[in-house]
Amino acid sequence: MPKYVRSLLALATVSLCVGALPAQAALKVLATTPDWAALVTELGGDKLNVYTATSAFQDVHRVDAKPSLVARARTADLVVATGADLEIGWMPVLLQDSGNIKIQPGSPGYFEAAPLVHLLEVPSAVDRSMGDIHPLGNPHVTLDPHNIATIAKALAARLALIDSANAAYYAARGDDFQKRWQQATVRWEAKAAPLKGVGVVVIHRDQAYLCNWLGLKELASIEPKPGVPPSAGYLAELVTKLAATPPKMILRNAYNDPRAAEWLSERMHAPVVLLPYSVGGTPEAKDLFGLFDDTINRLLAALK
Amino acid sequence: MAKLTPIAAAIVFVCLVWPAAGHAAPDDLAALRAELEALKTDYTSRVQALEARIKQLEGAVVTAQLGAAPTPPATTAPPYPQPAPVAAPAKSSNAAAFNPAISMILTGNYASLSQDPATYRVAGFIPPPSGEGPGSRSFNLDESELTVASNVDPYFFGNVTAAIAGDNRIHIEEAYFKTIALNHGFTIKAGRFFSATGYLNEIHSHNWDFADQPLVYQVFLGGQLAQDGAQIRWLAPTDYFIELGAEAGSGRSFPGTQRNSNSLGSDALFAHLGGDVGDSTSWRLGVSWLDVRSTDRTYDEVDQFGTAVTNAFTGTSRTWIADGTLKWAPHGDPTYHQFKLQGEYMHRTESGQLAFDVTGRNLAGDYNSSQSGWYLQAVYEFVQRWRAGLRYDSMQSGTPSIGLVQPGLLPFAAFPLLASASPQRTTIMVDWSLSEFSRLRAQYAWDDARATERDRQLLLQYIFAMGAHGAHKF
Repeated sequence: MPKYVRSLLALATVSLCVGALPAQAALKVLATTPDWAALVTELGGDKLNVYTATSAFQDVHRVDAKPSLVARARTADLVVATGADLEIGWMPVLLQDSGNIKIQPGSPGYFEAAPLVHLLEVPSAVDRSMGDIHPLGNPHVTLDPHNIATIAKALAARLALIDSANAAYYAARGDDFQKRWQQATVRWEAKAAPLKGVGVVVIHRDQAYLCNWLGLKELASIEPKPGVPPSAGYLAELVTKLAATPPKMILRNAYNDPRAAEWLSERMHAPVVLLPYSVGGTPEAKDLFGLFDDTINRLLAALK
Repeated sequence: MAKLTPIAAAIVFVCLVWPAAGHAAPDDLAALRAELEALKTDYTSRVQALEARIKQLEGAVVTAQLGAAPTPPATTAPPYPQPAPVAAPAKSSNAAAFNPAISMILTGNYASLSQDPATYRVAGFIPPPSGEGPGSRSFNLDESELTVASNVDPYFFGNVTAAIAGDNRIHIEEAYFKTIALNHGFTIKAGRFFSATGYLNEIHSHNWDFADQPLVYQVFLGGQLAQDGAQIRWLAPTDYFIELGAEAGSGRSFPGTQRNSNSLGSDALFAHLGGDVGDSTSWRLGVSWLDVRSTDRTYDEVDQFGTAVTNAFTGTSRTWIADGTLKWAPHGDPTYHQFKLQGEYMHRTESGQLAFDVTGRNLAGDYNSSQSGWYLQAVYEFVQRWRAGLRYDSMQSGTPSIGLVQPGLLPFAAFPLLASASPQRTTIMVDWSLSEFSRLRAQYAWDDARATERDRQLLLQYIFAMGAHGAHKF
């Protein structure tokens, strides 16, 4: 028997055996935001089947526990959520109605990102008179790449825990992501250096981590209190208050009502900068790298 | 070949054994490797960050020495990486740490009604013992609803909702436990709970889009059907929302009655289907079947001579319900605009015995009715915090067959409430929600439920929610 025939036979046997192994279906992931969907896809690649509960055009505070989301929670192997009460208006319904023990809080299939990082703006006291305040701190943690790096590490480990058969694959992808992310972060920080100390006005407190990372100075927020839309009187007051330290730009997200920002922009002669906030928020923010690239590009463009 | 066979056999053996026994060792190894790698990258990034910080500080020193403009205070950018999150510092043992979530709903209204609410009847139907009509005139304290909810242990969730009515009576709206660890899409709920038949039935009054229930709910379910019993639901493992469920209960609440019987008095089956169309629209459809038995379900009537009598129905009440709900919001974000369309159709047949004047002449005969009703409502958030709504109610009573109505016994006029009628109502509403937790509402209805005169109803309502942030169902 020629050698190659033997090798072929052996190969055939091996393939048969591999085929006989229980087929590994893709791990089903329910991500609450497009950012977590993008991150988990970076780490899990084609071993995952990722469904995103919301888009960049939705305020994640205000989402309905839609039937389609309950259905996705039913079949999910892993839920990737922000936590810190960001999804409190709908996630508990999904979890309770899903009849799926894999994704209950405390199980490996329930992953929360916010508790892994240092939360800003943790209130010392909470009261509903303060608006939609988060007792655990500001939950909009994604716009700081250092947070993403920390969360990615834990998420890669979690994927390996749930799907141990592919642990090496997740570890390799996790390493690769960390390397690329590290380089990108250095690049972003260098590029964004001129933004340090630039005064900005935000709409909601969802740019807090971005401002903190880049050293942007948050002079004021258009919402007088979290979740409370501004009145005409409050906006007029804001103009007076900002006269001494006029902002260089006014930041808004894809899902914000632009009107108050535009009104203020005219009075303050500062441009409104539309930021993607989330993956998919602008055409350029196709993935997490694009999200940060585009955010910094737009900020720098407004500075000129 | 001789050489090959043992190798192939070994491969086959390994392959066969691998899935069963082979998992532990290589997986542990992989996990350890992953951990080691994670540690490595962690330290690398920390070292790099520290180096970067040293450079930054050196730079700051240089610029300071050169007398350049001071850099913004370093506090705006904390040193990275941030400290690994540690568990919150252990507080001293606190008995309150496990307190359940508590919330309280305050509701009240001002009502201006053109007709005396005491005479309110939806013509053509046997009236429920309560739950019908717009309530009293002038200022009214509505239900104050106290909800206490918590996971009981790793297996059960518990919830109690007690309504304290304006007349100082307390009644338990819901008090149930629910499984949280059954898996495979199953959930079991038992105790007292709002039946999952229909769409609105499960929704508490503070989340209604109008101040009162549709007529069909008032007439067929006495407002809202609470089961004392058990419910099982199963959610299919599909991308579409497909939910099937069944309930068994005592049937103590209308259209049933408390019966001196060990058997079940109320059975229900329901199926729900739901999904999305694009990223802006979501929908749910449902069908339900409710089979309830009642014994001596009394109601007050005024017979053809103007004499007040008490009649009673004993028998079976079977109701079919079809419901549909559609929600639209731009990109699914309801902050600024949302449209909600919702409608339900119910068809009920009652068969059994109808007794006339149970405290006097006490005559009884067969009773069969086939009645239906529906509502359709639309609510639109036209500007942030403001919503407007329109609702139309329609009921068809038909003419029941009453055994007692025959020559020499009773004329049909002895049952004026059951004379064929087609009550209708049109309602408009505007509400203003200053936040997620407060809502003020004005509602006006042209109510032709009575066979005689139209009732013009103005309701001004407030709803305030205090305490735990409840998650809302679709």
